[in-house]
This record gives sequence, C-alpha cells and structure tokens, in this order.
Amino acid sequence: MTALLEVSGVSVTFDGFRAINNLSFSIGPTELRAIIGPNGAGKTTFMDIVTGKTRPNMGTVIFGEKSISLLSMNEAEIARAGVGRKFQRPTVFEDQTVAENLTMALKAARAPWRVLFWKEGPADRERVQDLAREVGLADQLPRKSGELSHGQKQWLEIGMLLAQEPRLLLVDEPAAGMTLAEREHTTALLVEMARTRAVVVVEHDMEFVRRLNCKVTVLHEGSVLAEGSLDHVTRNQQVIEVYLGRG
Amino acid sequence: MTRHSFIAQNPAVLWFLLILAVFTIVVTLLSEAYGVAFISTSFVKTLGKTLCLCLVALAMDLIWGYAGILSLGHMAFFAIGGYMVGMWLMYARTEEIVVAALAQGGLPATPEEVRQGIATQIFGVVGASDFPPVWALAHSFWAQMALVVAVPGVLALVFGWLAFRSRVTGVYLSILTQAMTLALALYLFQNDSGLRGNNGLSGLQNLPGLGDVSQDALSVWFFWASAVALGLAYVLLTWVVSGKFGSVIRAIRDDEQRVRFLGYSVEGYKLFVFTLTAVIAAIAGALYYPQAGIINPAELAPIASIYLAVWVAIGGRGRLYGAVIGAAFVSLLSSWFTGGRAPSIPLGFYTINWVDWWLVLLGLSFVAVTLFAPKGIGGLFDLWQGLRSPDRKGAALGPDDSSLQEKEAVK
Repeated sequence: MTALLEVSGVSVTFDGFRAINNLSFSIGPTELRAIIGPNGAGKTTFMDIVTGKTRPNMGTVIFGEKSISLLSMNEAEIARAGVGRKFQRPTVFEDQTVAENLTMALKAARAPWRVLFWKEGPADRERVQDLAREVGLADQLPRKSGELSHGQKQWLEIGMLLAQEPRLLLVDEPAAGMTLAEREHTTALLVEMARTRAVVVVEHDMEFVRRLNCKVTVLHEGSVLAEGSLDHVTRNQQVIEVYLGRG
Repeated sequence: MTRHSFIAQNPAVLWFLLILAVFTIVVTLLSEAYGVAFISTSFVKTLGKTLCLCLVALAMDLIWGYAGILSLGHMAFFAIGGYMVGMWLMYARTEEIVVAALAQGGLPATPEEVRQGIATQIFGVVGASDFPPVWALAHSFWAQMALVVAVPGVLALVFGWLAFRSRVTGVYLSILTQAMTLALALYLFQNDSGLRGNNGLSGLQNLPGLGDVSQDALSVWFFWASAVALGLAYVLLTWVVSGKFGSVIRAIRDDEQRVRFLGYSVEGYKLFVFTLTAVIAAIAGALYYPQAGIINPAELAPIASIYLAVWVAIGGRGRLYGAVIGAAFVSLLSSWFTGGRAPSIPLGFYTINWVDWWLVLLGLSFVAVTLFAPKGIGGLFDLWQGLRSPDRKGAALGPDDSSLQEKEAVK
C-alpha cells in the first residue's frame, strides 16, 4: 500500500525553538492513526505544516498518487487537494444556519465567480440532509449553528469535513469537552470515516485512543519517539519515561 | 426545506423598491418642473445626491458589513467616478461654447482651432493651454462612461491585489486605504496632474446638448436616474449576499482562517468584493457630481470615507436597508445642521451654534451607537418585528435577517 501522505525530514524553528525536528511520518489512503505526545511535542505544529499554515525550514511533504508537494501550496489549495482539518475548539460559522454551514463546505467549485452563480439543486439539498443525518443534526438544519451545544458544534464541524470529501482528515482532540455518550458517537464516526479515507487523530486522552483501536504515533520534542499499536508503544521504555511516567 | 422565489426569500427587497418608488413619485409631484412646485429645485438636487450617497453606502455595507473589510477609501472611487464623468461634461459643454464663439468670426473653425479653444478655456486657470494625456478620450461620451467603471475598477484591482495578497487585514488595511485616498487627493491637488488642481471640474450641472432644458427638469431627471441606480443596486446586492457567495463572505468576516481550510481562496473573494464595491461607488459618484455641479480634490479627503463608515454604522451594518437608512438620515440631518437652518441654542454664557457643533454631535452619536446599539437604526426593525437575538454564548447574532430563514429568533 503506497502512502497517501508522506512527510519526511521536516524541521521547523520558531525564534530558535525547534518545534519540529527532522520529523518523518506517513499514512496510507484508508488508515486511522492516533498521534499522542506531551504538551509541546509538536502535534499542532505538525498539523499546521500539513495544512499549509506553517512553512517548514526543511523537509518535504508529499500528498496523493501524483506526489504533489504541499509545501508550494497555500491553505485553500491544500484544502481543495483533499486535506481537511478539524480544530480542537469547534469552529463553525455561528452566525449562519446548520444548512448554510454544510452547504458552504459541500464539494463544489470554489472560485468567487462560480460560487456567485451557484444554485442549490435537489442533489445538493439531499446531500446536506444526508450529512446532517449522519452527524445527528437532521432536525437542526434551520437553526443558527451558534445556538447548538458544544458537542453538536463538534459534530457539525465533522459534518462539514465530510461534505468537503477530503482524502486526508486531520482531527485535533475531537473528544475534548464531550460527555461519555458524545464520545462514543464521535469514536464511531471516526472509525467509520477511516474506512474510506485517511484519518489522523491528535489526542491527549488515552482511554479515547484505546477505543479507536488503531496504530499510534508518539511525538516527543518534535520528532517520532515510537510507532505501533497502543500496547506496543505503552510498553516502550522511552515513552514511559517522557510521557506516561509523568502522568 | 422548500424552495422559495427570490422575493419570498428577501421580502425586504419588495418593501425597499416600493418605498423608493413612492418616494420618487412624491418628489416628482412636488417638484417645480413636474408638480406643484412645493419643493425647490435645489432641494430636489439634495435628495438626488442623497440617493447617490445611499448607493455608495450600499457598497460600503457589502464590503464592511458583510465581508468585514473596513475600507476607509471608498469615497476615492466615488470621486474618481465623478471626475471621469466630469471630464466629458466639461469637454462637451466647453466645445459647444467654443464652437458658438468661433462661428461668429465668419469663417468656419477648423477642428484644430476648436480643440485649442477648448483647451485654453478649460486649462487657463492652471496656466496651461494644451490637453494633458489623461483627457485623450474626454471628447467621447461612451469612452468616458467606460472609464467611469474601468479606472476605479482597475485601481481597486491593483490596490486590492497588493494588499490582500500580503494578508493585510483589520486596522492595517483601513490605514492603507486611508493612505490611498489621501495620496490620490494630494496628487489631484497639483496643477500639473491634468485635472485642474484644486479648482477641480466645474459647471457639471449643465448637460451638453440640453441647453434649453431648465435645471428644474434636469434635477428631476437626475433624481430619477439616481433612484433607478439605487433600486438596481439594491436588487443586485441582495442577490449577491443571499446565496452561497453571501455565506462565504460572511464566513470570511467571522473567521477567515477557517474559510481557507474549507478550500475557498479568501484573497480572491476579498479582491472580488473590493473591486465590485469600488465600481458601484464610482457609478454613484458619476451620478452625484453632475447634481453637485462641481468636483475638486477635497472630495477625496480621508474624512469623506470615514463619514461613509459612520453612516453605515449608524444605519446598521450587515443589512442593506440599514446602510441606506443611515446614509439618508445622517447626510440629510448633516445638511440641515450645517446649512444654518438648525436653531442655535443660547445657554447664556455660550451659544451652541450647530454649524460648529454638529460634528461633535455626530461623533457622540457614533460612539453611542457603537457602544449601545451595535445594530444601528436598522435594529429598530428587529424590535418592531419582535425579533430578538437568542441568548447565546457565542458571538452576536448577525443582523442579516432578510436573507435567512430564522425560525428560532421569532418568538
């Protein structure tokens, strides 16, 4: 299986501080992967690099069968190439309805002129309803998304990501601030999504990672410390020292 | 969700067009040329100019209220539109006078003589007698009308491209747009800029070829043209903001980084909106200055664009009728106060003279609106409809009600 995303030898420095140090990482086209690591290990910076928010000083980031380099593209181009990102804090457009949020995210032409003349067809409306149903917001479509609960906003954001039909999904701490029932729903959604695409989950919560039941990458001081099943990495002496031992 | 027609989704459009039509008919019936002469020609002109200011306020609302870009330079585009139309008006009008004058000499004048005569007439005040290159197309009505749109459009495109590409946002962009309008004003103040320096262009109220039509009639014609332009722009902008495009620009206003991760090129959208609003502002200016009769570089002063932002803020940004109400209300009130018609208030030790104190009052009301009624005058419509913002923990509810199906807020 060839990799969908291939990050190799990437380093990035902020004012002399090495946030990412010679990091290499790859993920297949239909794989679920959890990234764990202590605070400051570079998890968020890693996501920033892949999505184009931060430019690395060194290294390459290659995406897709055509092996396009993500480093020469801006955020919007990377998103159009098929990389979706979910932030830790739910970022939906609170001023707009659930339906409008989903419609905006639907895979369609993104150029201003095309969007100006875009008309919602029956297929689009159906797709929006399907997505809403999938994330459990079917009866919330006309509501302003700002009125939703925290968990519902998280799901709306996941729904928006699904609407983009990305091939690679980066999810930052999806379970933060969720109730137990909401966590279970979220786990099921992530596992389901990883059937047809690559999903990278950054998470602090070990219990949540265990439930995902997938390969785990441990980051420490900007590079990969260990990789493998959760049981495998939690037995690793170095991992225990830098991360688990302290907790 | 069922499909609705454009009007059903945007009932404000129908109301707006109705009120505008009634207003236009009433003014026409009260005018000196076509009615009972209840309102003077100069007041018809004031009302026509006010409609043009409403039009430029619509543009400001699109870029500031919807896209969240506080441009403090849009009156520069307004003035450029005025200059472009003014060049043709002045050329063609002077040509008539020169031809008439030369015809009295007996021999028919050569085109070169006519052209020289026009140049001397127009540029005598700045000590020149030749046409500067920027007047190359001034003789052609259609070319100059195209320039009304093209010059501000290209300027906005280049300026916007440079600014947005570098991701200049917020107050820095506002300062940059102020610098742009100030630089243009200073340039136009120079005599050798080719546009008559601080004299500006004058006599624009006289339409070439319509010498026998009285100003009474002309003022009503321009009033009609301004009303039609305002109505068309209102429909156009409602359409722009009510679809997915409107969704995207409001999203850019609220969180542009998130919009980038959705795959939309934020810079492209900003540039589109900036250029579109610059063109609308220029058209408004092209209708305004023939009614004002004169344009000079003072019209590009940075303060003019700040007033524009104040109108939109007081009227209520993020809703199109709010911008129109704000521009009409504040500019008419302003001309009442500064026109010396407002009675002074004697306090014994000091007399409040409104010509001096109006700006203070305007400034205080701007601060008050910003602090206590962020929705502006337009927010009164929400009260009237019993529409209240639901109590949410997030950001304030956006005021764009006419384009949304808001079920929750109607209680």
